[in-house]
Amino acid sequence: MAPLSTIGRSVLTFLRAIGQFFIFVTRSIIHCVIPPFYPRIFVRQIIEIGYLSLPVVGLTAIFTGMVLALQSFTGFSRFNAEGAIANVVVLSVTRELAPVLAGLMVAGRIGAAMAAEIGTMRVTEQIDALTVMSTNPFKYLIAPRVLAGTIALPCLVLIADIIGVMGGYIVSVYKLGFNPANYLHKTWEFLQPIDVISGLVKASAFGFIISLMGCYHGYTSKGGARGVGKATTSAVVSASILILGINYIVTEIFFAGSK
Amino acid sequence: MIETNSKIVLQGVKKAFGLKSVLNGVNLKIGRGESLVVIGGSGTGKSVLLKNILGLLTPDEGSIEIDGSSVVDLAWKERETLLRKVGMLFQNAALFDSMSVWQNITFGLAAQKPIPENEALEIAILKLAAVGLNADVARLTPAELSGGMRKRVGLARAIAGNPEILFFDEPTTGLDPIMSDVINELIVSCVKELGATALSITHDMASAKKIADRIAMLHCGEIIWTGSADQIFNSSNKYVEQFVKGRAEGPIHTEVLLP
Repeated sequence: MAPLSTIGRSVLTFLRAIGQFFIFVTRSIIHCVIPPFYPRIFVRQIIEIGYLSLPVVGLTAIFTGMVLALQSFTGFSRFNAEGAIANVVVLSVTRELAPVLAGLMVAGRIGAAMAAEIGTMRVTEQIDALTVMSTNPFKYLIAPRVLAGTIALPCLVLIADIIGVMGGYIVSVYKLGFNPANYLHKTWEFLQPIDVISGLVKASAFGFIISLMGCYHGYTSKGGARGVGKATTSAVVSASILILGINYIVTEIFFAGSK
Repeated sequence: MIETNSKIVLQGVKKAFGLKSVLNGVNLKIGRGESLVVIGGSGTGKSVLLKNILGLLTPDEGSIEIDGSSVVDLAWKERETLLRKVGMLFQNAALFDSMSVWQNITFGLAAQKPIPENEALEIAILKLAAVGLNADVARLTPAELSGGMRKRVGLARAIAGNPEILFFDEPTTGLDPIMSDVINELIVSCVKELGATALSITHDMASAKKIADRIAMLHCGEIIWTGSADQIFNSSNKYVEQFVKGRAEGPIHTEVLLP
C-alpha cells in the first residue's frame, strides 16, 4: 500500500498546488480591476519594470538584430537571396525575437526581484503586518505589479523592435555594404501591422506571466532565506517556460492560417 | 451568549496543519481593558492562536468573537473595519524595509484616509516620543535601527491608531534584560493610556509577570491553566510550575535528546 499512498499524496499535493495557483490568479485579476488602486506603487513598478529594464533589453535587441543580419547573409548568399535579409530581420525581430528575448531578460531581472522582495516580506511577517493594518496585500502588493508588468513589457518590446531592426541595419549597411535607402525600403515594404501587433500581444501576455509568477512564488514562499531563494528560482524558471509555451500558442492563434 | 464585559472570546478553537494538530479546542475569554498573557513553550501554538484571532489563519472548528461578533470567515470589508480597532507588535517588529520610520508608523492611518506628509510626520514624531525615541529617528530606515529601537518603532506603529485591542507577539524576544524591561514598561504604559484590551504571547516569564493582569498557559494546543499574574509562581499545576521554573525534568517533555 505504501507506493499507492505515496502516489496518492503526490497527486493530492499537485492538485492542491494547482487549485491554490488558480485562486491566486483569480484574486490577482479581480484586485486589478476593483478599486481602491495604489497609483504611486503602480508608477514605481512601471519605472522598475519598464524604464530600468531598457538597457538590458536594448542591448539584447541590438545584438540580436546584428547577429541575425550576419547569419542571414551567410546563409542567403549561397542562393543569391541577400535581398531578403531586411525582410528576415524585421519579421524575426518583431514577431519573435524581441518579445521572447525581452520576456526572458525581464523574467530574470524582474521576476526574480519580485519573488525575492515579496518572499522576504512574507517570511519577515511584513505581509501579515499589512493585513493587520487593514491593507489588502493583493491590492497593495500584487495588483500594481501585475498591471505594471502587463503594460510595461509591450512598451519595452516596441522599443526593442526598433533597436533590433536598427542592429540589422547597422551590420547590413556598414559591414555587408547594402544600400541604406534600399534596406530601409525593403524593411518597411515587408512589414505588416499584424507583425508588430502580434509581438505586442505576446509581450503583454509575457509581462502578465512574469509578474504573476514573481508575485505568486514570493507570496507563497516559506522557510526563511532558503525558502526565498527557492521562490526566486521557481519564479524565473516557471516564467521562462511559460513564456516559451505561450509564445507558441499566440503564434498559432495569429499565424496558423496565414501563408 | 457573550458576557458584556468580554472583549475577545474563543470557544473550542481547533487548528491543524495536515496531520499535525496545533490547537485542540482552545477556550479563552479576555475582559474589556484586561491584559492577558498566554505563555507556553516553543511550538505549542501561541502564534497560531494569535493569527486565528487576527484572521490571518482560519480555525478548522470553534468560534472567535470580538465585541460579541464572530470574526471567523469575515468578508474583507468587515475584516477591514474590525482591524481598524487593532494594533499589533510583531515578534521581529515586521517594519516595512522600503519605507522610512515615520511612513511605517503612519501606514495604518494613511490606509484609512490620506494624510498630508507633514501631518503624518508630526503624528509619527508624537508616537515616537510616546515610546521614548526622539524625532531624529523618524527619517531613518528600519535597516538603520538597533533591535530595541525596531521594537519601539513597532510599538509606536501598533499604538498609532489608538486601537481598542493590542496584540503583542513575543515582545521581548532577542533583547537584553534591560531593553526587555524598557519594552515591558512601555507596553504597560501604552495599554493603560489607551485603555486597551491586550493579548500578549511570550515565554519570557519576567515579561509576562510585568505586563499581565491575568496569565493563561497553552500546552498541547489547550489552555491548561489560567490565573492572575501573582498566582503564577505559586501555582499547584505541575506543568505551570515546570515552565515558570524552567526545569528540564517534569511533565512537559522537550523534543531534545539529553546526553
